[in-house]
Amino acid sequence: MEQFTAAFITEDRWKLYFQGLGTTMEIVLFSTILGLTLGTICCLMNMSTTKNGRPTVFHYIAVTYIDIIRGTPSVLQLLIMWFIILRASTNGVLVAVISFGINSGAYVAEIIRGGIQSINKGQIEAGDALGLSRFTTMRYVILPQAFKNALPTLCNEFITLLKETAIVGYVSLADLTRVANQVSSRTYQPFMPLIGAAVIYFVIIKIFTILFGNLERRLRQDATC
Amino acid sequence: MLRVENLKKTYGETEVLKGISCEIKDGEKIVVLGPSGSGKSTFLRCLNMLEAPSGGKIWLNDRELTDENTDLGTVRQQMGMVFQHFNLFENLTIMDNIILAPVKTKKMKKAEAKELALSLLKRIGLADKADAYPSQLSGGQQQRVAIVRSLAMKPKVMLFDEPTSALDPEMVGEVLDVMTELADSGMNMVVVTHEMGFAKNVASRILFMDGGYIVEENDPENFFSHPKNPRCREFLSKIL
Ligand SMILES: Nc1ncnc2c1ncn2[C@@H]1O[C@H](COP(=O)(O)OP(=O)(O)OP(=O)(O)O)[C@@H](O)[C@H]1O
Ligand SMILES: [Mg+2]
Repeated sequence: MEQFTAAFITEDRWKLYFQGLGTTMEIVLFSTILGLTLGTICCLMNMSTTKNGRPTVFHYIAVTYIDIIRGTPSVLQLLIMWFIILRASTNGVLVAVISFGINSGAYVAEIIRGGIQSINKGQIEAGDALGLSRFTTMRYVILPQAFKNALPTLCNEFITLLKETAIVGYVSLADLTRVANQVSSRTYQPFMPLIGAAVIYFVIIKIFTILFGNLERRLRQDATC
Repeated sequence: MLRVENLKKTYGETEVLKGISCEIKDGEKIVVLGPSGSGKSTFLRCLNMLEAPSGGKIWLNDRELTDENTDLGTVRQQMGMVFQHFNLFENLTIMDNIILAPVKTKKMKKAEAKELALSLLKRIGLADKADAYPSQLSGGQQQRVAIVRSLAMKPKVMLFDEPTSALDPEMVGEVLDVMTELADSGMNMVVVTHEMGFAKNVASRILFMDGGYIVEENDPENFFSHPKNPRCREFLSKIL
């Protein structure tokens, strides 16, 4: 009980956890948006072909980007962003959002590509045959179905990302994990703060899992597509 | 109307089309017959450049499709195509399937396209399905919708690749009826099919393909009663 008080009550420390959680969620939310955008663009670049069916230069750019991101640790990507590429920036959250957005984009690109490949390719041909541009067919026919097919995997990616942001302490951002760590080094009693943070992550992720589950079920019942 | 000159198509090492020339005049209904693997689908798909030919030239009226500078989009808007597996847009309602192309290619205003779509759906007896999704329709219904989806672009020619061979037997008739009606209305058509009745009754000319060539070409009456090419005789003896 004493430990609990020290970890959460003294000096209104519970507020710190909520601020930490706020930082975590802020980073996750914006990097998800960035990741989805980059991922979609990157996926289209990856799949782009010239008139005679050969990959374009955009394809090679996309493939290289995906390769590099997937082949390096995300902590390093964050550090490189913070200390090298964006060292002029003082806005740590922004740097984290950009770093995680770029990271997530590579995974999202592959997830959406999987979603597109699971769609009956005849629909693209039908669009071509009607004289629609590939962009129009993608925008109105293929991508909506691809996102729907990829939704469960995209939700997984969101949750992975949420947990991955626990490394932002490396660039001195006070997210939930860092706050817990700070409190425990202040009180010399790591049990409560660390377990407390773990419980908060767990509960948040549980809530998202349930929400996503409902969303998926609703979309599936929507017999339509 | 449609002119093909020495069309060739190779996939890797295999030459599927070895030099096809033909001319389709206004008002003609061409039926393409031939054994499996003879290149019928490949030929049809080259006509609207879904497959890029490896050689030869194709003209739609005075536009050369095989010219690199031709905008394929605008040419394809004048050529409808109906596929074996319908290929309706699964995330869109029947109505949206039909109006997507006319609206997005700026051919029509949305209201105008909807009106046209409804009248087309009435013509095939499916006006009540406008708000349904493709998966809620039978195969025959889907294929009829696929036909009117192409018609909504007011094409000059319609290409059909075995439009009834993925259908249950009891649904073949309803699709052939729509196609026959379309032929009667004067549409130019190129149809790959195994429906000999349709070929006999509707075709103005039959092309018989074998081994990547058109080996026989005749009006239906002479084609079925006096086939000249031995491969063609063999094919007909198996089918009839
Ligand atoms: N994308 C492709 N890559 C390689 N070979 C192909 C491809 N498409 C078709 N072929 C080959 O070309 C030949 C002709 O195929 P095509 O589909 O045009 O025949 P078809 O006359 O339509 O036959 P069917 O009556 O079975 O539909 C076949 O031997 C086929 O294996
Ligand atoms: Mg075929």
